[in-house]
Amino acid sequence: MIRDYVLLSLSSLRSRRMRSWLTMIGIVIGMSAVVSLISLGQGMQDSINDQFQRLGTNRLIIAPGGEFLGPGTADIVAPIMDDSDVDVIRNVKGITQVQGALSKTLKVEFKDEIQFDSIFAFETDSDAVDFVESVGLFDIAEGRELKSGDKYKAVLGYNVANEAFDDPIEVGRKILLDDIEFEVVGVQKLIGTGIHDGVIRIPQDTLRELTDEPRKLSMIFALTQPDLNPVNVKAIVERELRKHRDVKEGEEDFNVQTAEQTIGQLNTVLLAVQVVLVGIAAISLLVGGIGVMNTMYTSVLERTKEIGIMKSIGARNSHVLTLFLLESGMLGLVGGLMGLGLGLGVAKLGEYLAIGLGASFFRMHISTLLIVGTLMFSFVLGMFSGAFPARQAARLPPVEALRSIK
Amino acid sequence: MKKKAVISLRKVWKIYKMGSATVNALRGVTLDVWQGEFVAIIGPSGSGKSTLMNLVGALDKPSRGHIFLDGKDISLMEESDLAQIRGQKIGFIFQQFNLLPALSATGNVGLPMIFQGIPEAKRVERATELLNSVNLGERLNHKPNELSGGQQQRVAIARALANEPEMLLADEPTGNLDSKTGGEIMSMLEDLHTKKGRTIVLVTHDIHLVKHAERVIYLKDGQIEKVVKNHKRGHKHA
Ligand SMILES: Nc1ncnc2c1ncn2[C@@H]1O[C@H](COP(=O)(O)OP(=O)(O)OP(=O)(O)O)[C@@H](O)[C@H]1O
Ligand SMILES: [Mg+2]
Repeated sequence: MIRDYVLLSLSSLRSRRMRSWLTMIGIVIGMSAVVSLISLGQGMQDSINDQFQRLGTNRLIIAPGGEFLGPGTADIVAPIMDDSDVDVIRNVKGITQVQGALSKTLKVEFKDEIQFDSIFAFETDSDAVDFVESVGLFDIAEGRELKSGDKYKAVLGYNVANEAFDDPIEVGRKILLDDIEFEVVGVQKLIGTGIHDGVIRIPQDTLRELTDEPRKLSMIFALTQPDLNPVNVKAIVERELRKHRDVKEGEEDFNVQTAEQTIGQLNTVLLAVQVVLVGIAAISLLVGGIGVMNTMYTSVLERTKEIGIMKSIGARNSHVLTLFLLESGMLGLVGGLMGLGLGLGVAKLGEYLAIGLGASFFRMHISTLLIVGTLMFSFVLGMFSGAFPARQAARLPPVEALRSIK
Repeated sequence: MKKKAVISLRKVWKIYKMGSATVNALRGVTLDVWQGEFVAIIGPSGSGKSTLMNLVGALDKPSRGHIFLDGKDISLMEESDLAQIRGQKIGFIFQQFNLLPALSATGNVGLPMIFQGIPEAKRVERATELLNSVNLGERLNHKPNELSGGQQQRVAIARALANEPEMLLADEPTGNLDSKTGGEIMSMLEDLHTKKGRTIVLVTHDIHLVKHAERVIYLKDGQIEKVVKNHKRGHKHA
């Protein structure tokens, strides 16, 4: 039976085609904004999780002071870790590898163009090189990795080599770091994160010499034994570091994170950003809903006589209510369907543009939940917006409705 | 044969309040419409004909008095029950045809059946049959604005018959038609009465139309002034 009412509503919408389309625009815009933001956000989350999955979960990151957000940001807090911390961690049972990294922002000069970039420095012994290669975020595209014996040599992130300066910097060219000449021996692959693509890596000893900080470290990376729970190893590392640095529990001036914690934090940040963006987009949905309401009110006024006629031939209030609710629901549903298409198109375009700009992690994600959810939500939004007008229509007294001129 | 009343009005008043003024549109009308009869209600403009018609058609409730349909008092009923009664027992024919503009002739005739939950195949079959019977077999898919006034009124007649109602109520059915087309509509109603035995209540202010009726009720200032039996017609029917 509901089919009959759906067809009736459709014929009524079709007879007011222009207005129906105009009404739907609001829903289309709102829905497409929400859909594209969600699909891009989900995609981004997926690829982050993916990346971490590939790296493995048996990693600890130890940073001084506040919480670790990513390489290069440790500069913000005063770096108060050094080689002695590395030694302490190395002696913890369950730790298989420890690498300290130093990070600094230096003046970078190429062909008289000056910039300030973040310099990242690992050691260059074979263990350290293996470690750097295993991370997967510093893979070499051209040239070679730093090796032991290198002094004034540098590896450039993809963007530093290709985007940052007017001219691309090729392998073999010279750049100046704090006025000292370095030879570029390698260029990294495009990773897709600004941090890794915008980095310059030089040997740790060289950076220590340049900055006159012989022992200092910005952060420490450690690998745990694969058969152990990293959380347990982390607890031991924390205990040993507290002892070594002479701080009480709860007052640590350092921070140990497992890979899972890091990913969890990133996801939380991402989710927060998404919630805000989708929230803003939802405002346009609200406006779209008000548009539907307005159209339905107008429709009730215009069709008062029709409502009277239907009642005179046996339509109950519930029938009229159903008809009007279906009509507004359908405005929402069709608007949502078009918004879904448009939104996925916009997301695809965003993905395409982002990848063009080097952010390869920007992938849209299409889930059935998103599609089904969008359609259901837009139908319900339409019905909800039409609820008051529909109720008004249903309650019109038949005689008065029939007497109406329209 | 004992006469059965389709609808009975007992001392029915309809009072409209407009601010401080009140209009007594009907003042104690008592009336029975008998099964199978053709009754006309005639009176000058403002005499309360349409008001009476709305009450007989269960579109409205009386301010005072009682209206019995199948022995049940409709003033005690809910709107949804009244809607059910209108859908099943009453077929309206209006002066302005009152078809739904978005629907075809078949769609309009099928609409009362939708509200009774009749499946589509059966609706289409019955609508086609009814439209054929009012000579609109060639216009099944035409929208109201693609039909002449007379044709629209014939669609309305077909629609009124959709659910096999106990009574047809026609309020000035020829009021918007020229005299020739109006005549065709009237003879169609008369045929429905004489050949199909339908109960018909006709409201008009046109004295020429009442010749079709068996009983003529003269309404004035909301009261029945006189009732005249049309013996010629009554005889023919008997
Ligand atoms: N909804 C209403 N509110 C107030 N007064 C009304 C209403 N409906 C009808 N009336 C009044 O009741 C009286 C009877 O009206 P009704 O429409 O029944 O007359 P009628 O006999 O059908 O006239 P006509 O031949 O012009 O159609 C009129 O005085 C009219 O003004
Ligand atoms: Mg009238």
